[in-house]
Amino acid sequence: MHHLFLTTALVAALATPAFANKVFVTNEKGNTVSVLDSDTWEVIKEFEAGHRPRGITISPDGKLLYVAASDDDQVKVFDTDTYEELYSLPSGPDPEQFVLNPTGSPLYIANEDDNLVTVTDTDSHMVLAEIPVGVEPEGMALSPDTKWVVNTSETTNMAHFISTDDYKIKHNVLVDQRPRYARFTDDGTLLFVTSEIGGTVSVIGIAEDGTPTLKTKIGFGLPGVLPEWLQPVGVRVTTDDKWAFVALGPANRVAVIDVEKLEVVKYILVGQRVWQMAFTPDEKYLITTNGNSNDVTVIDVADQTAIKSIQVGQQPWGVVVAPD
Amino acid sequence: MKFLRIMLIFGVSFLVAGQALAVDVRAVVFRIDYPTLAPISRFDLLPEDVGFAGAQLAQEDNMTTGQFLGHSYTLKTVGVAPQEADAAFDALLAEGETLIIVMANAPDLLRLSDRAGNGVLLLNATARDTTLRDDQCRANTLHVAPSRAMLTDAVAQFAMWKRWPRWFMIHGSNPADQLLAASYRTSASKFGAKIVEEREFADTGGSRRTDTGHVLVQKQIPVFAQDAKDHDIVIAADESDVFAPYLPFHLWTPRPTMGSAGLRPVSFHPAHEAWGATQFQRRFEALTGRYLREEDYQVWLSLRVIGEAVTRTGSNDVATLRGYILSDAFELAAFKGVAVTFRNWNGQMRQPILLYDGRITVSVSPQDGYLHQRSPLDTLGLDDPESACTAFD
Repeated sequence: MHHLFLTTALVAALATPAFANKVFVTNEKGNTVSVLDSDTWEVIKEFEAGHRPRGITISPDGKLLYVAASDDDQVKVFDTDTYEELYSLPSGPDPEQFVLNPTGSPLYIANEDDNLVTVTDTDSHMVLAEIPVGVEPEGMALSPDTKWVVNTSETTNMAHFISTDDYKIKHNVLVDQRPRYARFTDDGTLLFVTSEIGGTVSVIGIAEDGTPTLKTKIGFGLPGVLPEWLQPVGVRVTTDDKWAFVALGPANRVAVIDVEKLEVVKYILVGQRVWQMAFTPDEKYLITTNGNSNDVTVIDVADQTAIKSIQVGQQPWGVVVAPD
Repeated sequence: MKFLRIMLIFGVSFLVAGQALAVDVRAVVFRIDYPTLAPISRFDLLPEDVGFAGAQLAQEDNMTTGQFLGHSYTLKTVGVAPQEADAAFDALLAEGETLIIVMANAPDLLRLSDRAGNGVLLLNATARDTTLRDDQCRANTLHVAPSRAMLTDAVAQFAMWKRWPRWFMIHGSNPADQLLAASYRTSASKFGAKIVEEREFADTGGSRRTDTGHVLVQKQIPVFAQDAKDHDIVIAADESDVFAPYLPFHLWTPRPTMGSAGLRPVSFHPAHEAWGATQFQRRFEALTGRYLREEDYQVWLSLRVIGEAVTRTGSNDVATLRGYILSDAFELAAFKGVAVTFRNWNGQMRQPILLYDGRITVSVSPQDGYLHQRSPLDTLGLDDPESACTAFD
């Protein structure tokens, strides 16, 4: 009996590091980042992260945490072990969302107040390019082949397709009101763009040469919820490209879209004003930030059910999970 | 003819391969500058660029969007004295202007609408008179400014949500105050409130801001308000800005004030932050160096309506734009949480109304629970069966 217990404990001890990942959540009003453990789902740390931290991402090696401190007009870089602020990157004014090249550099940043996308080299800390885009640039996406960076402009209502070769806009696609977020499927053939006020997700087909064509728009509807509350924001797509999860803001739900059929198959009730989301690396869990209830909800991806909510800081906005 | 200010901004358009043909869109903001008395609060002093500043921001927004589509925008702003209005307006028509945002009172707006005829589209940015959306509607005139009916309904819904149905209404003596008071009576009966007592505060033309004004106010207002029947709130109907700001702390019975003071219904205010409004406020402030006013928002919104219709139709033809704006396909984000659209029975823009205490957004109407078969926004103002407007049939 004694021996058996030891063995189990040993296995558990060995197994834990492979499954536990740090989950980083920006708290927009609290000016902090909360750190959770994806095994215990407990908050293990909360640290200061500048003024109005919103966009958040992590370097491919998991060592550097990038946080858009919107009211500080910079991207702050933290050590993911010590939570120390290492340095900041020039970002242009009011950075909100950004996307990191999978090689670790550059960082493509939307500057909401100045109608610009700023491209910043994360090694040299230099601004490589500033690209004029539509009014109130917001969502940022990078195609899997890294040839295209897509920015959505909230008042212009377009997805701008910027070539990463010469940083010039090559295509513009009009979508519904207030496009908030963009996300490619893993195979790069589809781009989802959420329109918060339009209440739709525009599905844009991407041709071999990168030419975008609007395929369809997906709407939402749920008994007992006013249509006005169904405001899509963040999107995540499973790497097998089967399921897309769409955060519906003040509807307090995450919609599940069957990517093949492009139909909504389920709504998952989460916390209030659900905003952004991130998968754990094994895609077992999806974590949602809920701005008004100051918590995050953990969704079991296979079951498509919410399993747990955890209190974090004030007005959680963005979330990123450390790689294995 | 004296033009206070004429501003021309020309758009540079460059085409993105494979996209629409070049379209140039010309719009005018036509403002009649009425003589006004000094406001009770110097926070309400009218800036010289009122409305025009909102136009300038909208022009930048439309140009930025237009550059990706080959659309360029030209904006002209014209400010005139009332006696010069007709001649200045005729000159614009002679120049071929067809898209005109008007900042004028109701009688002037009606006269201009009738002068303009059918080939011109007017957008009413400031006149609140409900009658313009009712028997006095015009087919060539859309209303971006909320009507008095929408504003008083917004207050009524909030008061009823609070379960404060007994109202003591104090209204002014000028025509605009009387119209506002009538609108509160209608809203009260629409939503089940009861006006238990009404009193008129006569505008005797006294000095508004004197060194000893507050002493008199402190003595006179409580006496004026005493012995009213039991009430939950005081409704102030004072469009003339004669007395309402004095009410909140000087009443005989301690009750909240709503309407022209206390909790005020507004289309927008400079502290509003929800629904992405912060970035809109910042852009406005960076451009103009001052806080935004309702007039600026309503003019900005009027020009954005035109911009959005041009973006979606690729046309600058008045009939095409008007048809699209009034269609179900039209929707526009306006930093108020839901898309704004137009009522196709009277040309009024549907929009939420913010309830503002001078510092924050206290609430937003329509209130929870006020449902409508079409949109909750249609619980504010004249619904289809209530409007006598036939010009849009």
